[in-house]
Amino acid sequence: MNKSSPVLELKGVGRSFGGLIAVNSVDLEVAAGSITSIIGPNGAGKTTLFNVISGLYAPTRGEIMLNGVVLATPDHKTEREALVWAAVAVTGSVLGAVAGLAIDAPAGLAGVGAIVSSGGILLAAVARPSWYTRLCSRLGIRRSARPNDVVFLGVARTFQNIRLFKEMSALENVMVGTHARTEVGLFDALLNTRRFRQTESASETQALTLLEAVGLQKQANVAAKNLAYGDQRKLEVARALASQPKLLLLDEPAAGMNPAETEQMIELIKSIRDKFGVTVVLIEHDMRVVMGISEKIAVLDHGEKIAEGTPLEIRSNPRVIEAYLGRGAATGA
Amino acid sequence: MMNRMREYLLRHRSLDIVLRLTAIAIVLPLVAATPIFGAFQPFNGWLTGFANAAIFVMLAIGLNIVVGKAGLLDLGFAAFFAIGAYTYAFGASAYSGNDIPFWLMLPIGAVVTAIFGVAIGAPTLRLRGDYLAIVTLGFGEIIPNVLLNSDKYTLGTNGISGLDRPELPIIGVFKSNEPWPWFILAIVLIGLIMIAADRISFSRIGRAWEAIREDELAAASNGINTVTFKLLAFAIGASTAGIAGAFLASKLSFVSPDQFKFSVSVTVLSMLVLGGIGNLWGAAIGAFLLYFVQSILLKQLNEGFKGVPVLGEIDFLQLQYLLFGLALVIMMLRRPGGLFPERRAARHRAGESKQ
Amino acid sequence: MVSPLAWAKRNSVLLWVAAVAIAFFLAVPPVQFVNALTLGAIYALIALGYTMVYGIVELINFAHGDVFMLGTFVSLSILIDVMGVTGPITNPLQLAVVLIFILAVTMGLMGAVGFLIEKLAYRPLRNAPKLAPLITAIGVSFILQNIVQLWKGPYKTNFPQFFPMDAALMFGSVRIGLINVLVIAVALILMIALQLFITRSKTGRAMRATALDPTAAALMGVNIDATISRTFVIGAAIAGAGSVMFGLYLGITDFSIGFLAGLKAFTAAVVGGIGNTLGAALGAFTIGFTEVGATVAGFSRWKDAIVFILLVAFLTFRPNGILGSDSSDRA
Repeated sequence: MNKSSPVLELKGVGRSFGGLIAVNSVDLEVAAGSITSIIGPNGAGKTTLFNVISGLYAPTRGEIMLNGVVLATPDHKTEREALVWAAVAVTGSVLGAVAGLAIDAPAGLAGVGAIVSSGGILLAAVARPSWYTRLCSRLGIRRSARPNDVVFLGVARTFQNIRLFKEMSALENVMVGTHARTEVGLFDALLNTRRFRQTESASETQALTLLEAVGLQKQANVAAKNLAYGDQRKLEVARALASQPKLLLLDEPAAGMNPAETEQMIELIKSIRDKFGVTVVLIEHDMRVVMGISEKIAVLDHGEKIAEGTPLEIRSNPRVIEAYLGRGAATGA
Repeated sequence: MMNRMREYLLRHRSLDIVLRLTAIAIVLPLVAATPIFGAFQPFNGWLTGFANAAIFVMLAIGLNIVVGKAGLLDLGFAAFFAIGAYTYAFGASAYSGNDIPFWLMLPIGAVVTAIFGVAIGAPTLRLRGDYLAIVTLGFGEIIPNVLLNSDKYTLGTNGISGLDRPELPIIGVFKSNEPWPWFILAIVLIGLIMIAADRISFSRIGRAWEAIREDELAAASNGINTVTFKLLAFAIGASTAGIAGAFLASKLSFVSPDQFKFSVSVTVLSMLVLGGIGNLWGAAIGAFLLYFVQSILLKQLNEGFKGVPVLGEIDFLQLQYLLFGLALVIMMLRRPGGLFPERRAARHRAGESKQ
Repeated sequence: MVSPLAWAKRNSVLLWVAAVAIAFFLAVPPVQFVNALTLGAIYALIALGYTMVYGIVELINFAHGDVFMLGTFVSLSILIDVMGVTGPITNPLQLAVVLIFILAVTMGLMGAVGFLIEKLAYRPLRNAPKLAPLITAIGVSFILQNIVQLWKGPYKTNFPQFFPMDAALMFGSVRIGLINVLVIAVALILMIALQLFITRSKTGRAMRATALDPTAAALMGVNIDATISRTFVIGAAIAGAGSVMFGLYLGITDFSIGFLAGLKAFTAAVVGGIGNTLGAALGAFTIGFTEVGATVAGFSRWKDAIVFILLVAFLTFRPNGILGSDSSDRA
């Protein structure tokens, strides 16, 4: 990959909730293969920014590009989509009724036909085939990529307050992670086809490899809720890696860990970057982690990016010190 | 030897299901033939009862996919049951003039109900889960209401009678007074449904459902299109009810709106909650047990206490729905996993032995 | 100062509802208009409980419709068996006393039922997975239905018509039944009282705080358990008032009315914007108009289905209701 073109590019990205501006016009470029940290005081908008990148929220302004392709833009006229649905359902019913009458079926059957065909078309609309997307774009409807689309495009994430599938085993958690990279349909599963068995065992092998990479191979069959806290964080990383991301977003990966575990996590993040070639962006409060592994640090405060640079530059930036310690601290008064 | 066999069956779950059901198909008639059971009702009565119970077993397995696997509360499951039965009535009866064979009506019924499931799920599955519960509750009430009021097509409260019965080359047309073919057919259908449910559950699709049930947001952030997969669960659950509906319609040769009242939905949900939400065999056993409490035990209590002071005056049959309601509440409060909880930790995977 | 156009745009749905109401008023005979308002008032009394409980614990209390149903039977039993009221009461003073007494007693008893249901069936499950309380709720609903069925039988039961049904107020040539005035007045009084209670009283403040953020409310010293319990009690008590009004207005009840009444009241809550008490009232009147409109248009058999379609349509196109904001949550 060309070193000069960034993997992730934020252009004036903002997100507000009603009147509250959580993130306000952030510009950021993340170079391929780098480790970037986003730091800032509590409530600075770091997690909101992650949520926007990973598709949980649409941005209210700006644009996010992944490898030069638009990942997220503000939602535009999405309420019109409901009208498209209604139109589709009505068309389906009419078509079904006409078809029913045409073959001279009893009226009841024609009615059932009407409902069935409108339901079928609705199903198509949910699956979002290309004609549907085209129709939407012609009507001026623009929708930001949904979380699952974002994963498909190559961005994976972890959560600040660990969100594992608690009742499922560690192995199953990671296997869920492979979802975006596997393509097994209903009938493959029903008929237990060769393709199905091959994909299943490939997913499992991959999941086991990832569990080994984070050091959890022994706990593969333990339910996620029964894992130690630090292991749960590692499992979340393994699960995220299972979608073979180009970009990995880690939300406070070392939160709540003791110094030894933190040290392990730092090594893990570094080894992930080297072994899997992913670009890593992380939010972190623990300065040992931030200073230890970041090539670049961006500082957010009140939803604005107030500084960006190498760890050395950030350490001595007066605006950063002010944001963390309050006015006056920077001048050493 | 036993261990190796157990391990083999864990890796070949479809065979496991076939073996278990074969055993059940042999044991149940043998048990019914014993004098103790004969005292309650004649052998043919038992066999018919088993076939009727099978309908509820199918329903419970279908609902288990929706509620147990994907974690979506469907309170109007009887509506899909009704749609399956009426689809059969429209497709295979003298009344409608269509005589599509039973064997073809099964997949047709499944597809039609699945599409109804999508039509009712599509608007609501994008929203919070509890909205689905109320919409399905309404749907369950409205479908019998619509069937009742569209008397021009459905003959309203009189129902449609004279539906076609299944036919096989050697056996000929199934008869209402010969329970054996129905019993075998029921077991075969349950087997097919169980194998399908089991295979889907232990696939990428089943994992996606469980992930959605555990944490919808995390599921979406791991690449799962939650709306599509919820719809899929809903449609598959509905299609199971469609098959059960077709079976019921052909067995009784009659459909009417009041076979599909709200109490049917609650009964199936109680069976599931009693047996163990999420557990295939739990759901099946729960359905079987409750059906027999409902149709045998309470009736026998009525007979048994006839003439006894206080107890003889209670109509135990009237108490059944009260008992189901209590079962729902008490199980949720005291034993949310059901009598046979989903055994998660001990679950083996196909590849485990390969390492 | 907001420009009228901007205001109209922001409140387009509200204006639309008003327009429909006016059109309805012009299209149907005044009697039907008053009937729609009366029906709406009864639905409003049930819908308030749904919306309050949902607002505070995010639980669809399926049993609520059946608490309403139980209320009709409890009040008719008290009237007949305890007070010996079976026929019309002509003495106005006596009528007022009986009315206030039965309202108070039914509201109190239903409040107690609401308290018990919350305490026994819902509170133990507050931190359980989401499905558990919903399943319990449907179980409680089923239990209430069957208790009443065992108690009073599965038949329609007459409600003692002690209110003079033929008394009416004349507005020119338009005749409005006194019963309609009574139902609407009781509903309005209770709604205003509830609104004042929620906005002015300490408990009301605690309820709003809990609805917004239970954890924060608890940290600020709000007793969450007591607040939730009171919400159930108030909701059930108001439904109890609805039971008495329903009984007087329609004169008949049976064990299964709670199901549809509950479904419609819930639809009203959704149409108005769930969690919003004013919206619930607005939604309830919308349902009342829809039903009476369907009847006038000759579709009385289909009115239940039409209300259901209204529910699905709102959930599809405007899930936050008439008064809700347009931001649907994607997570």
